[in-house]
Amino acid sequence: MSSISLKQHHNNMLSSQKMDQTKTTHNQDLNFKATELRLGLPGSESPERTTMKNMVAGAKRGFLEVDFVKNGEFFGEKKNHDSSKQPSDQDSVAASKAQVVGWPPIRSFRKNSMAAKHTKNEDDPKEETGSNCVYVKVSMDGAPYLRKVDLKMYSSYSDLSSALEKMFSSFTLGQYGANGVPARKWSSESPLMGLLNGSEYVLTYEDKDGDLMLVGDVPWDMFTGSCKRMRIMKSSDAIGLGKS
Amino acid sequence: MTSSFPEEVLEHVFSFITSHKDRNVVSLVCKSWYEIERWCRRRVFIGNCYAVSPEIMIRRFPEVRAVELKGKPHFADFNLVPEGWGGYFYPWIVEMAKAYPLLEEIKLKRMVVSDEGLEMIGRSFRCFKVLILSSCEGFSTDGLAAIAANCRNLRELDLRESEVEDLSGHWLSHFPDACTSLESLNMSCLSSEVSLSALQRLVARSPKLKTLRLNRAVPLEKLSTLLLRAPQLVEMGTGAYSADIHSDVYSSLAAAFSKCKELKSLSGFWDVDPYYLPVFYSVCSRLTFLNLSYATIQSPDVSKIISQCPNLQRLWVLDYIEDSGLNTLSLSCKDLRELRVFPSDPFIADANVSLTEQGLVAVSEGCPKLQSVLYFCRQMSNSALITIANNRPNLTCFRLCILEPRAPDYLTFEPLDTGFGAIVDQCKGLQRLSLSGLLTDRVFEYIGKHAKKLEMLSIAFAGDSDLGLHHVLSGCDSLRKLEIRDCPFGDKALLANVSKLETMRSLWMSSCAVSLGACKLLSRKMPRLNVEVIDEQGDLDSRPDNCAVEKLYIYRTVAGPRLDTPSFIQTMGQNTAYRLP
Repeated sequence: MSSISLKQHHNNMLSSQKMDQTKTTHNQDLNFKATELRLGLPGSESPERTTMKNMVAGAKRGFLEVDFVKNGEFFGEKKNHDSSKQPSDQDSVAASKAQVVGWPPIRSFRKNSMAAKHTKNEDDPKEETGSNCVYVKVSMDGAPYLRKVDLKMYSSYSDLSSALEKMFSSFTLGQYGANGVPARKWSSESPLMGLLNGSEYVLTYEDKDGDLMLVGDVPWDMFTGSCKRMRIMKSSDAIGLGKS
Repeated sequence: MTSSFPEEVLEHVFSFITSHKDRNVVSLVCKSWYEIERWCRRRVFIGNCYAVSPEIMIRRFPEVRAVELKGKPHFADFNLVPEGWGGYFYPWIVEMAKAYPLLEEIKLKRMVVSDEGLEMIGRSFRCFKVLILSSCEGFSTDGLAAIAANCRNLRELDLRESEVEDLSGHWLSHFPDACTSLESLNMSCLSSEVSLSALQRLVARSPKLKTLRLNRAVPLEKLSTLLLRAPQLVEMGTGAYSADIHSDVYSSLAAAFSKCKELKSLSGFWDVDPYYLPVFYSVCSRLTFLNLSYATIQSPDVSKIISQCPNLQRLWVLDYIEDSGLNTLSLSCKDLRELRVFPSDPFIADANVSLTEQGLVAVSEGCPKLQSVLYFCRQMSNSALITIANNRPNLTCFRLCILEPRAPDYLTFEPLDTGFGAIVDQCKGLQRLSLSGLLTDRVFEYIGKHAKKLEMLSIAFAGDSDLGLHHVLSGCDSLRKLEIRDCPFGDKALLANVSKLETMRSLWMSSCAVSLGACKLLSRKMPRLNVEVIDEQGDLDSRPDNCAVEKLYIYRTVAGPRLDTPSFIQTMGQNTAYRLP
């Protein structure tokens, strides 16, 4: 197995290396400490263990790297932990040492759930969280923040339109708190009513080609397949987009 | 004994006896009691679906309304049991469809269920009410659609942790508009989205709905509308617990939760955004069960929550809770009965969180009613275990998983024999035990001597010799299930305790030192055991008797060898010509 030859290689090279216990550099490939020859009994921990205990207590999310010998075959390479608690990269762990099947005893459902952590990447205008979700960002001119909608939740343009009207109506009253939180007053005659039929605002979208389009021109299914993000524009700004 | 009571009177008396054990005992009193009891038994529990056959069950109990079956061995949860092992539901449903037209409940655990089987349920039982599929597999959302569409009086559909082929979320829309009987729906294991409007309408027309466990795909923004339609909920599982920061979502969630005056149990919490945690603070004081085991939130947030839950009885949580959070738990939740701490990052060497044995010690000190523990950690000591044992002699379930196999006492580098010895010695009512860490034969000596009520024991990477296994088999009077992996236990202990095996439900041994010859011998000595050798290398017939078997599953049965073994399983003592390809 390639992992065994790698270990032997390290043993040859590194038996005289000095260990720096407070490294902050990345050290993902060569786990010096784990491959160092030691005189401890099988299963015994290295003396550094006690210092690790003291360090860990105060440095749960630090850049501190603590080395200690693992005589079992179980654990993979030591990781450089950054301040987030993301699951470590399983691939590099598996590549370095053979993991024991079925250990630790954790059900697949749990393992899969933790691995499929939903990471929000704000650079992508569109992301899919499940097999059938199509989330797109919706912005509105003048509103302090954006919303996200799942296009699969709606079956028609009128469905989508009324949902957006509800979502954004508070923004049209112009009454923001100091921190951008809109006031809670509702008006029955929101300027957003009839987003598709001529109001103060117009609903547009950016399609796969990056073009700005008027919502409503193409069949619904074609729209959900090509829409990357939506924008509620003031009608006065939307000259030349089609219907006036 | 002449029967002085008419049958109807005895039947009436028996109707108050509901526990399976008690009914079994009743049936043994005399022949007439056996007869009366079997006609009025309504609920049957079969802990190993191969211990008996559908025909035998139906012949003995003709008027059953509820059947519970378990299939694969427990270690199947951890991928130790190969695909195709067995545990098929189909042969059971075929017979039950004919024999039990009034069947109301089916509960399955670790069985392979097909869409055909589910369709048959929908077709065959006009009074069908409860379907619970726990850790099952083999079916798709099409099968669920059949259940939803055809079971007019469905009360409970619980898919807990099953592996479902998720074709679409459309199945939920198959519940007819006339279906208003739903009381419990657990779809948390499904991945695809259901139609939220269909879900809302279903919830709105189910006034008796008490349990609703959503799946991850239900967005947080939609949770408040669901809760507003079901303020009577007692148990609720959220979907993904994050959304764009919006005060409207926050305030409507908080308002919806505050209307749920009956809510006692919360779960879900995938992808947690801590901003939204306070929305359910209003229900914390009533919570008895809180499952945060998918919530990747830090210790201060966890502590903030549990410090508001004085009535908490069960807590499932990730090790992000750390020792500090467990300390808070020990101070705030004096009614705690069960604690499960799962590892957030089990495959790395270094501790990513400050969770040690001290957290468990603190809870054992502060929570006088603590009975059940599942604890994953990276270090343990004998002194901590002894302290825990002395603090909590009322423990009934103790499952400790030190992540590194064969890890010794981290303070003294000794084996953890004395620590676990204290547990079995002090906790006289201990029913379930899982061992880990460095352990010699000595720990098994303690277990055999003291663990007289122990029913289930899980052993991994432990022991020195056959003596260890012998201590367990000869000493544990109440042992029903024993599962062992990667231990140096071999033929001697097994062959010295053959009759013990018939008093147990099952024994699993994998990567141990049991020889093929011993398996054959055991099978000859004990004809009412199925001794199944699992060997994926193939060609067991050409192996010498002294070669070690990969995996071994032994169980008592009145149904003889099973006929559905795959090619990599051989039941000892059977003519190999009868094996199915």
